[in-house]
Amino acid sequence: MNEVLDAVLGLNTFAAAIRISTPIALAATGGAFSERAGIINIGLEGMLLGGAFSGVLGAYLSGSPWLGALLAVMFGGVLGYLFALFVLRFRADQIVAGIGLNIFVLGATAWLMQVIWGTRGVSPNVNGFGEIVLPIIGHIPVVDRLLGIHSPLIYGMFLLVAAGWILLFKTPLGLRIRIIGEHPEAADAAGIPIRRIQYACLVLSGMLSGLGGAYLSLGHLSWFSMNMSAGRGYMALAANIFGRWNPVGGLAASGLFAYTDAVQMRLQGLNLGIANELIQMLPYLLTVVVISGAVIRSRPPAALGRRYDPNR
Amino acid sequence: MTPPAKTARVTEILHALGAVVLALGIGAVLMAASGYNVVTAYGYLLTGAFGNFYNISQTLLKMIPLIFTGLSVAIAFRSGLFNIGAEGQLYWGAFATAVVAIRFPHTGPAVLVPLSLIAGAAAGGAWGMIPGYLKAKTGAHEVVTTIMLNTIGILATGFLLRVCFKEAGPVDQTPLIPESARLGELIPYTRLTWALFVGIGAVLLTDLMFKRTALGYELQAVGDNLSAAQYAGIDADRMLVVSMTLSGLTAGLAGSTLVLGVLHRFITNFSPGYGFVGIAVAVLGRNTPWGVLSAAFLFGALDAGGISMQLFARIPMDLMTMVQGLVILFVAAPFLIRRIYRHGKR
Repeated sequence: MNEVLDAVLGLNTFAAAIRISTPIALAATGGAFSERAGIINIGLEGMLLGGAFSGVLGAYLSGSPWLGALLAVMFGGVLGYLFALFVLRFRADQIVAGIGLNIFVLGATAWLMQVIWGTRGVSPNVNGFGEIVLPIIGHIPVVDRLLGIHSPLIYGMFLLVAAGWILLFKTPLGLRIRIIGEHPEAADAAGIPIRRIQYACLVLSGMLSGLGGAYLSLGHLSWFSMNMSAGRGYMALAANIFGRWNPVGGLAASGLFAYTDAVQMRLQGLNLGIANELIQMLPYLLTVVVISGAVIRSRPPAALGRRYDPNR
Repeated sequence: MTPPAKTARVTEILHALGAVVLALGIGAVLMAASGYNVVTAYGYLLTGAFGNFYNISQTLLKMIPLIFTGLSVAIAFRSGLFNIGAEGQLYWGAFATAVVAIRFPHTGPAVLVPLSLIAGAAAGGAWGMIPGYLKAKTGAHEVVTTIMLNTIGILATGFLLRVCFKEAGPVDQTPLIPESARLGELIPYTRLTWALFVGIGAVLLTDLMFKRTALGYELQAVGDNLSAAQYAGIDADRMLVVSMTLSGLTAGLAGSTLVLGVLHRFITNFSPGYGFVGIAVAVLGRNTPWGVLSAAFLFGALDAGGISMQLFARIPMDLMTMVQGLVILFVAAPFLIRRIYRHGKR
């Protein structure tokens, strides 16, 4: 019984939840920028996966996880730009292009893995990020294990989520982004450079997802495996909706999803015969319930998914 | 057919082919850059897909689930809905089919096969109905709900399998279905069964439905212009539910035919993403039933040819996954292909 209680409420579970939530929260922040600018971004999954791969590739080539993460951010940005190019310039349907991007990245990373490392399973080990002990916070009992001793990317995630929130909701640029997603005609009439901002938002969402991917492969582990993102991009999409298209809300939702996942994994370890599938289902069920408006109302940006061509 | 419509059809087909050629071209560049011989590789791709009788049968075999998932996506799309959930619906179809087949082992094939197929279709249809209902009642975006229901469906069938129907052993799978439930092979040792004709029949029926029936007309009217359809007295909410149910039903059959024809049991995580490739098939086939059939054939060929490319030229067949992703991107972007065509003419 104590073991169960520990699995549900133990410090380790919460610490694990913070780790698990990191890539999802980063991609969800990317999703918030994309969708606030009116573009549905299913490609988050592919951007995460691409980040995970290029992170390991960078670390493999340079020996440094930092350069790996940099490459992941850059590669994520490139994927975001490509997605923007297809959706904005070539007028591809947003959802179809997103699915196409995901399938492309899935194939490309599996292919490159075999070309570069000659294996389809797991890449060679590279130098991953270690843990950093923060001054002060890292030495307070209990708090240290939750917030003080983590991979540097986790601190980065908290900073980026906060920065994303400030940018979206406390700056003139953020206001412009949100107007594009709500009422592109009005944004156009007000002289807002719609296309340029949409490009920037999609590149940013790619960069954030790329960093999330780098955390997946380098933050806690130090290798890449095929289809490593395993649906976390879709979870980020859900977290973004659950968090009402707000990075902080997205982080909270990611945390909740990650917590159920952490509990599920620890319960599985105890072999209690509890149906893990049912616990694993929870985040997805919650999302369906929430977007059906059953618990809290969550309204998407009004012009989300609608193509608008600025008058030029 | 009036001339402009015909030209439009030809242009569409040219665009689709252009997208495929462009994707294969990029694949060739990537292969060359990685030091592979492109001619050898695509030679194996071609012979692997069409080289002999057996290889053609394998292309047709790979094509069957894609016909169903492609149709599934296309049906929903005609009503303006995006069914990303074919994968989950396929799992329910496969699961229900396997369970029914196992439960009635002493029934003759004339009853058991149709019964299992109907069970699969019903289960897939029910799973598809949920997002349709939610969309009609609450406006919940079907893209999000279907993505979530994919994971839920895969986990739920896995759970039911583990708790109620699991065969003893390390693998999470049901026991084999009885002989009487298995579809007969068209050609011995090819695993190609007459599920192929079930697929072609589904294409035919869907085409008839859209062209000749009031239901088909109403389904499309909702997709073409929602407010006009409502003004004309069509119950749009009902059509959304019907459309998603039909879509799910078709995806369910993809799972059913795989269980009855190829796998002969339900296994967790058996689908390599047929539901998602179905989106590509529908997009490439321009959401028309015969277009879906042609696109499924093409993707089946890429699949079968990719396997032989990997076997004989040692080129990872993930390249074909990449090519499929590129095809989706290019087909989705008519402006890109048009620009390239224009550039070529200049």
